[in-house]
Amino acid sequence: MTTPSTPSSGRRLGRTTTRRAAEAVVRAIIYLCGWMAIIILGAIAVFLMWNSLRAVQEAGLVTMLTGTAWYPTSSPGKFGMLPLILGSLFVTGVALAVCVPVGVAAAVFISEFSGRLVKEVMKSIIEFMAAVPSVVYGLIGVAVLIPFVRQFFGLDTGMTALTGGIVLGIMSIPTVISISEDALHAVPAELRQGSAALGNTRWQTTFKVTIPAASSGIFAAVMLGLGRAIGETMAVLMLTGNAAVMPTSIFESVRTMTGTIAAEMGEVVQGGLHYSVLFAVGLVLFTITFAINLAADLVLERQRKRWRR
Amino acid sequence: MNLKKLLMVGLSAALLVGLFGLAGCGGGTDEPADEPATETPAEEPAAELEGTIDVQGSDTMLNIGTAWSEAFMDENPMVEVSIQGGGSGTGIAALLNGTVDFAHSSRDIKDEEIADGEARGIDVVEHKVAIDGIAVIVNPANGVEDLTMDQLGQIYRGEITNWKDVGGVDKPIVLLSRDSSSGTYEFFKEAVVGEDNEYAAAAKLLPSTQAIVDEVVANDAGIGYIGLGYLTGDVKVVAIDGVKASVPAAADGSYEISRYLYMYSNGEPTGVMKAYLDWILGPAGQQLVADEGFVPLP
Repeated sequence: MTTPSTPSSGRRLGRTTTRRAAEAVVRAIIYLCGWMAIIILGAIAVFLMWNSLRAVQEAGLVTMLTGTAWYPTSSPGKFGMLPLILGSLFVTGVALAVCVPVGVAAAVFISEFSGRLVKEVMKSIIEFMAAVPSVVYGLIGVAVLIPFVRQFFGLDTGMTALTGGIVLGIMSIPTVISISEDALHAVPAELRQGSAALGNTRWQTTFKVTIPAASSGIFAAVMLGLGRAIGETMAVLMLTGNAAVMPTSIFESVRTMTGTIAAEMGEVVQGGLHYSVLFAVGLVLFTITFAINLAADLVLERQRKRWRR
Repeated sequence: MNLKKLLMVGLSAALLVGLFGLAGCGGGTDEPADEPATETPAEEPAAELEGTIDVQGSDTMLNIGTAWSEAFMDENPMVEVSIQGGGSGTGIAALLNGTVDFAHSSRDIKDEEIADGEARGIDVVEHKVAIDGIAVIVNPANGVEDLTMDQLGQIYRGEITNWKDVGGVDKPIVLLSRDSSSGTYEFFKEAVVGEDNEYAAAAKLLPSTQAIVDEVVANDAGIGYIGLGYLTGDVKVVAIDGVKASVPAAADGSYEISRYLYMYSNGEPTGVMKAYLDWILGPAGQQLVADEGFVPLP
């Protein structure tokens, strides 16, 4: 900089302008990508509503939501979604009972009690778990879990809400672990140190201080795990037996919303009533998962704000 | 920096090649077979068949369709036939959407679907290509040998729910069915459940024929129905009204639960599509029908 030579400074200037232009282009692209997510989400909502319009007009929203008979290919078709909605809730309930205790406990272990090496290894294994395709979980469920559930509980058949729920629970564990672990990790070290300074043991610190401090993050993890479970398709299609009965216990076959859409979408006449009803099922599912994710986000945001102060 | 640039160039080149490759693949479906013989000189008396045929539909016909296409492609190396399953409804929907050349269907086309085709300018033409029987299967440990058509209907409508009511042990019946995208589901409903009746709500609708076989093999209270072509030694066939499902019984009409298998096309097929269909209806194609456990056309 002491002896600036003209050519070099000129080149530098040229470089900056091109760089600025490139930056502007890249910024525009990134800007667009950012908005893209919102645009796509909005488009999906509009598309679902548009396509389920005919179902709402001809079959009636209340009739569909409260009807208990699902016989879409009869003439006239019966489009009672209640068995499907309940089926999804039963399966998801079982999944939560599996993934919440295991997931949260694993997150506490990884975040609070494991050494650095163990932590790194565990985290990569959990990431790998999340990457296994759902059809693979389904296959394992068909081969192992269906016969096991039938024999262990002495049932007529192993294709039950329980079977599907267990596999979904296992599939949701990675989501619950990684987000709970983040929440625990975000708890300031001062809190732990303060607790230790007061003479608490590590267990006392973890259960009386760290977990309560991270509770809203853990709640969000559970909600996101729930969203993952309720939207899963392939495994439930293979494992729950898909009988559209009004379920009374988790030891019965159930039919979920996702399984119904997947099994029937291929057969329907495009633009027909059945087609439109399947979109209405999709809309119900979309509304439920959207509400769940929104709730989880609001809770997470509240926690972030709390620690920012 | 240099390495990165090289990588970028390499990647974009690969992308470009891929794009053009894809574009090259999406060729026409039924090119006329009467191209001048300049490319394929005098070895063949007629011009060699060339083109691609896309077929989609019935899972029941997946095995036989694959066998036809493979044998046909062996005889005509310039022809590409692709077969996909997914269910009869799926195949017909694809034909109406104009994405396939033939739809495999194990049920006859619905009036609603024909009307939908007309609205889209698609003139659906039906071709019978084989006969299929539906076998009713139970676990080999099940003592029930024979059911009447009436009993079978009652079982599938959920009016009989225990094996003891049809001469078996005291055990609840586990009802297995295909899901409603399957032509077998529709045909079984018409033939057994009754057109104005419904399957029992407790019937488990499984996504594939193999899933039904697997569950019947594993579950001694299960009952299911599958195409004759899928019968294996692991399951027991129940006689219906005294007749056991078999190829001869379906061919002579003595077995009640049998049906035609169809291929649907848009208009009368021409060129390579006509050649394929004629070949299927000819001796070679019908021999494969018998080999795959279905019944050749009389």
